[in-house]
Order: sequence, then structure tokens, then C-alpha cells
Amino acid sequence: MPDGAMTKTAQTGTAMLEIADLHGYYGESHVLHGVSLEVRQGEVVTLLGRNGAGKTSTMRAIMGIMGKRTGSIRFQGTELIGMAQHKIPRLGIGYVPEERGIFSSLSVDENLTLPPVVKEGGMTVPQIHDLFPNLKGRGSTQGTRLSGGEQQMLAIARILRTGATLILLDEPTEGLAPVIIEQIGVAVRALKARGFTIMLVEQNFRFAAIIADRHYVMEEGHVVDMIPNDQLDANMDKLHTYLGV
Amino acid sequence: MSQLLGIPPQALFGQLLLGLINGSFYALLSLGLAVIFGMLNVVNMAHGALYMVGAFVAWLLLSYAGVGYWGALVLAPLVVGAVGLVLERTMLRRLYKVDHLYGLLLTFGLALIFEGAFRHQYGVSGQPYPIPDLLKGGTNLGFMYLPTYRGWVVAASLLVCLGTWFAIERTKLGAYLRAATENPTLVQAFGINVPVMVSLTYGFGVALAGLAGVLAAPIYQVSPLMGSNLIIVVFAVVVIGGMGSILGAIVTGLGLGLLEGLTKVVYPEASNIVVFVIMAVVLMMKPAGLFGRER
Repeated sequence: MPDGAMTKTAQTGTAMLEIADLHGYYGESHVLHGVSLEVRQGEVVTLLGRNGAGKTSTMRAIMGIMGKRTGSIRFQGTELIGMAQHKIPRLGIGYVPEERGIFSSLSVDENLTLPPVVKEGGMTVPQIHDLFPNLKGRGSTQGTRLSGGEQQMLAIARILRTGATLILLDEPTEGLAPVIIEQIGVAVRALKARGFTIMLVEQNFRFAAIIADRHYVMEEGHVVDMIPNDQLDANMDKLHTYLGV
Repeated sequence: MSQLLGIPPQALFGQLLLGLINGSFYALLSLGLAVIFGMLNVVNMAHGALYMVGAFVAWLLLSYAGVGYWGALVLAPLVVGAVGLVLERTMLRRLYKVDHLYGLLLTFGLALIFEGAFRHQYGVSGQPYPIPDLLKGGTNLGFMYLPTYRGWVVAASLLVCLGTWFAIERTKLGAYLRAATENPTLVQAFGINVPVMVSLTYGFGVALAGLAGVLAAPIYQVSPLMGSNLIIVVFAVVVIGGMGSILGAIVTGLGLGLLEGLTKVVYPEASNIVVFVIMAVVLMMKPAGLFGRER
């Protein structure tokens, strides 16, 4: 699939992630039906959509956690489809799964330092502690004994060490109290200021609106619309129809 | 103190030592099984056969290549580990996506093939393996006589068990192993080659069995059936300790060996079943095993 079809005007930088006509399957079931989108260097982009629209599946397809994929996923020009699964993160892509994936047989520190450093320029542990003060002094605690919010912070924190430049955040606010969501929001904005590129799956529309540059709306396994954040107000009615809220 | 609870101390300590030695083998073998089960979810029925292969490799090295005990102590586990790698890469790997029972059946079949092949080649009567010169003789401890080789087996097994425990629970590599046991997909998504880790884990687990085989060679006869005699008790040990628990495998292995020895003194008729009685009781009280976590 040629990727010359991308004709969007460059704003923040060059395209870091380009997905074109991506189809994905879990066994027999066809879950992604031709997803096309791009994420530029330094952007925060959200995937919005109802449950089952294919947002998480898009992220899993990027990471190679999917039986069969066709189409094209290019990260900084490198095609990811067909690449060995463990090599994808080594290009500099960090994945924070929806279920957070904190390991119960590992301490907080072990969880934090588990993902191998794949590139130079990752954050140091003291810098991470500045960003998430809740994790400071909890190093020897069993990972899953942290509160839900702290586990979410830990799940994000452990990616920041690795030097990954693109971060896939799957529903970081799910099931968290508003005060914690606010903290996560502050952290995500701080990451953006540091130059991280972020792809965010979010059901919490208000959270998405305060941190994102652009929003892709997904329905039935493909992207149906793209709304820049500054045109969000003008498109509210349309969005409400998409999301069914 | 000539009698302790009506038992001569010589007999008591002698049996306890025997129990401790059996316990050392239980611990080494169940440790390997625990590591493999934790990571691969495979009940490795071939474990006893690979223990036997380890002993045979030592015997073959001595008989045909002139490589002695100390060389075998390094080489035999490497050979058995390599055999394990091949088995995992070519066969076991295909079964991860189906029910665990298939892995059990495959490894059980492999055990039969290994044992049959060795029995065909070498018969069922055991081959003697000499104790290395350095470890001949013994020490009179006052309350009992301690043959040097037996003391060595207990010390060496303990050292290997504790080393393995340390490597898994306290090192970075062990953290990868524990994490991949819990959630292999996510560990892979962090950039770690989990399939290679799985192969190496299986290789390491069976290498422990090979090492136990070499340690056992001078004590028991090197015979094709030496593994199947031991492995049933070892599985009971694993169940009592808790499937997949590292510390559980070590502590339970040694403890049950001692208990078996004690039973031999107090009530010899029960010594062959005491482990299984305990297994039944533990399963009733704590189905996940003494050190196991409910899944």
C-alpha cells in the first residue's frame, strides 16, 4: 500500500507513525477494517470511539500483538508488519496497556526497571520520581499493592526510562478518581513538553480534550473522522453522534 | 545417651542422612520442574528420564572418553540442557497454544522413548560409577559416620538450589523470568525475546536434572530406570510444595526426604507411602500447595 496518500499539511513535524489500510485479525475474527492515520513527531493524538471500535486493537497491531495484520504500519520509515514482535519496541515504541500490566511477583522498583533501555535519552529514575512523586520511597512494595492510580503511574513511568520516543497509552484514566486523573493529565502534558510523541486511547472525552492536538474517531474497525483539537467545539454535535453520548 | 525415643542414635542419624540425600535429589529435581512449569506451563514428565540421561552421560564419558567425575559434572548438564533445547524448539513449542495435557503426554512419551532406548542398549542391570578420589572416605562425627561423598551431595545440591533461588528472586534476569511467567505478551512488548527465554528456561530446568543425575551416579547404580523410580515421588513433592513455587520446591524436597528417613526408623512399613499421605492431606487442606499461590 503506497503511503503517498498522506496529504495532510505538516504542523508540528514530520510523520513519525504512518498507518495505511491496516487490517487486523484475532484468529477468525476480522477486527480492523482498513485503519489509516498518522502521528507526527511531538504530537499527542487520541483515538476516540465506542467500545469495540478497534482503538485498543490498533495499538496491539502496532506492537505486533495480533495474529494477522495486512496493510502498512511505518514507524520513522520502518515497516512494522512482518517484524519480529520483540524488535518493535526496540525501535523506540513504548506500550502502556489498558490493564496496566503491573507484575505482582515484582517489586515496584523491579517493575520500574524491567523494560530494557532501547535508546539513549530516556528519563532517569529521579526525574521519573519528580514526575510521579507517589512512586518515591515505594520501591520495595509489591507492584500490585499500589493503588490503581499509582499502578497507572508506574505503568507509564517504566516506559519513560527506556528512551522510547513514541508512547502508546491505552485508557490511562479508566476507573480512576478525578483527582488522580488530573495528576495523570499533568504528567502527560509534561511528557509532551519533553518532546514525547503520544498516541492515546481515551473514553474520557474531557481528559482527551485538554491534552491532545488531534483526535481520530474510530467506528467499526476504521477511522471515520479526524478533528483537530481547536475545532473540537465546532464539531461537538458530530462527535456526540459518533460516541453516542 | 545410647537411646533416643527407644531408637539407637546411629540408626536414627544414618536414616536421617539417607533421607537428607534423597531430599537433595527431590529438591534439585522438583526445582527444575517448578521452573519449567512456571514458565512453560508444561508438566515435564521427561524430567526423570533426563536425570537418568545425565547419569548415563557421566558414565559414558568415563567409560569411552576417559572424562572423570569433575568433567562430567560440567559436561553432562550441558549435554542434557542441549537435548532439552532441541526438544523444546522442535516439539514442545508447538503445544503451548493447546491444553497443558498435551505437553504432559508428549514429555511422558519422550520419557518412555529415552528409557526404552537406554534399556535396549544397556539392559536393566545398573552400571557402577566410582566415587572420585577426592571424595572417598568419611568422617566420624561422634554420633554418626559421614561418608564424604554423601556430605558433598547434600552441600552441592543445597548450593545449586540456593543459587537458583537467588538468580530467580534477586537478579534482573530473574525479574524477566518472573515477569514473563506472569504475562509473556507484555514482556515481549517491552522488547524481550520471550520465545528464546522459554527455550533457555527449559534447557536450564532439565540441565538441573542432568546435574542431579551426575551427583546420583556414584550413590545409586547408573540404570535406565533410575529416573522413573524417583520421578513419582518428585511429582508428589512438587504438588505438596505448590506448582511453580521455587522456594516451595526446595524446602519441600529436603523436608520430605528427611521425613521419609525418619519414617524408616520409626515405622519402616510406612516409609514408601508417607510422601503420598502428606500429599493427600495437603491437597485437602491447601489445594494450591504449601507455598503455592491460587491461580
